[in-house]
Amino acid sequence: MSRRISPVIPGFGLTLGYTLVYLSLIVLIPLAVMFIHASQLSAVQFWNIVTAPRVLAALKLSFGTAFCAAIINGIIGTLLAWVLVRYTFPGRKIIDAMIDLPFALPTAVAGIALTALYAPNGFIGQFAADLGIKIAYTPFGITLALTFVTLPFVVRTVQPVLADIPREVEEAAACLGAKPLQVFRYILAPALLPAWLTGFALAFARGVGEYGSVIFIAGNMPMKTEILPLLIMVKLDQYDYTGATAIGVMMLLVSFVLLLLINLLQRRIETPN
Amino acid sequence: MSIRRYALAALASAVFAGSAVAKDFTLLNVSYDPTRELYQDYNAEFINYWKKSHPGDTVKINQSHGGSGKQGRSVIDGSPADVVTLALAGDIDEIAKLGKTIPADWQTKLPDASTPYTSTIVFLVRKGNPKGIHDWADLIKDGVSVITPNPKTSGGARWNFLAAYGYGLKSNGGDEAKAKEYIGKLFKHVPVLDTGARGSTITFVNNGQGDVLLAWENEAFLALKENGGADKFDIVVPSLSILAEPPVAVVEKNAEKHGTAEIATEYLKHLYSKEGQEIAAKNFYRPRDTEVAAKYEKQFPKLNLLTIDKDFGGWKSAQPKFFDDGGVFDQIYIPQ
Repeated sequence: MSRRISPVIPGFGLTLGYTLVYLSLIVLIPLAVMFIHASQLSAVQFWNIVTAPRVLAALKLSFGTAFCAAIINGIIGTLLAWVLVRYTFPGRKIIDAMIDLPFALPTAVAGIALTALYAPNGFIGQFAADLGIKIAYTPFGITLALTFVTLPFVVRTVQPVLADIPREVEEAAACLGAKPLQVFRYILAPALLPAWLTGFALAFARGVGEYGSVIFIAGNMPMKTEILPLLIMVKLDQYDYTGATAIGVMMLLVSFVLLLLINLLQRRIETPN
Repeated sequence: MSIRRYALAALASAVFAGSAVAKDFTLLNVSYDPTRELYQDYNAEFINYWKKSHPGDTVKINQSHGGSGKQGRSVIDGSPADVVTLALAGDIDEIAKLGKTIPADWQTKLPDASTPYTSTIVFLVRKGNPKGIHDWADLIKDGVSVITPNPKTSGGARWNFLAAYGYGLKSNGGDEAKAKEYIGKLFKHVPVLDTGARGSTITFVNNGQGDVLLAWENEAFLALKENGGADKFDIVVPSLSILAEPPVAVVEKNAEKHGTAEIATEYLKHLYSKEGQEIAAKNFYRPRDTEVAAKYEKQFPKLNLLTIDKDFGGWKSAQPKFFDDGGVFDQIYIPQ
């Protein structure tokens, strides 16, 4: 007993066609070209390129710092969203607007500004240097730049969901005897988690591919502070187009698998049992 | 009626004749980072020079600047450059090989292997030279920190690297193992590898990192000239350096398509004239012309200069040996 449900809004064929053409031109064809270019390599050659010690070191660094930055933003970003939604105070609108600034600013500008501030004799970096901590030109510096660039993602995904949870729900829980931590654990966290994961995944994915801001603060030392996108640029500057695409394909595959896992996790949370 | 017809014919012929004589030219010069000021001056000079023999023409010259390798790649990928004026002959070789818009024998088309001006690598140190840096051997002393860009991504950094390597060879009687040891020690003193020469200059000048910047001679002079740099920095000339020979070439396929082959060739030839050489010298590039060189003798200290062709067998053998994957530069960082 199958029955075709016709949607309320007509034009399914047209909209789907448009979607497919659009996706092909903007996403699928450029990515396919990359795969085709990389397929000039034999499996062994490909494997040798992506498992070279420098590439592996950069892989660890890029994914590690992007993960740390996403976690930091996951915590601070949720806090920011909480403050912006639950409290009214003078200047709230201005702070709200400032959250998006890292998107508007050219990333190179952000990188240069952060480096000037956090270099060992910069305005903030000098105090850290006194304590024996180096920020710029280390993985800390990279994480810092990525935290800046990916700040808006978690805030902007968590904020609307949090605004939709009526205050009364929390108050009702409190009336029933829930302690603040229990309210957070059993009322807020389950409702926020899917949105939070989306924000986390966006921040992580953006961080992995970020080039402009990181390049100034990273120091770019082989094996230590060299990110994957820089290695791609290095290969291109040697006119090694295939080597560059091989690393690009590898990054894409790793990112895809990670994003897929996050999506699956999200599904499990949204549909328990 | 006949008068009117006559007038029309005259008008038509005038328009036709006019268009045959006066032409509009737009040239695109794709160059590398530190030549911005040089070509601004030179373009004005060249337009004047061209108008003397072609008074009706209008000439417009656009410049594009960036890292030499990046610029080379943009021409391979289809940038409509009429001429390229890059940092390394190797980059133009790649355009000839991969882009096929420049003939393979491009270096024979103009005098001095198509390199109208030269430069060298010198040290820029903090005012008063507090760390006492006078030669390459001083760079590997304890507590000295050296700023240079990444030779993988910067043309200038490759000249730096070869100059240092050349010193390692000469001071050890040509022993390659010792030279590698020296270069390995030197790069242990490098805390930051920026992707380009300008990035390194920012790191050294604005962010105050390092005791010495390995720089193009023309960039070092420029750093002294700008924002009171002369009060903050000194130039130190080492005992030995390398003759950096930035090459030029007409991108023939593009120029033919644009109908600019003649003017593009003249544009590069005029670089060798007295006027062109004078402008190069004023912008701190060493002129090829002996008369102009004599005039600016004081500006450019004499020092022992290695050349890429004689001492390193040209870019075609230096690039793979030192800078390609697994080359000498990689061996410094990757445990064998």
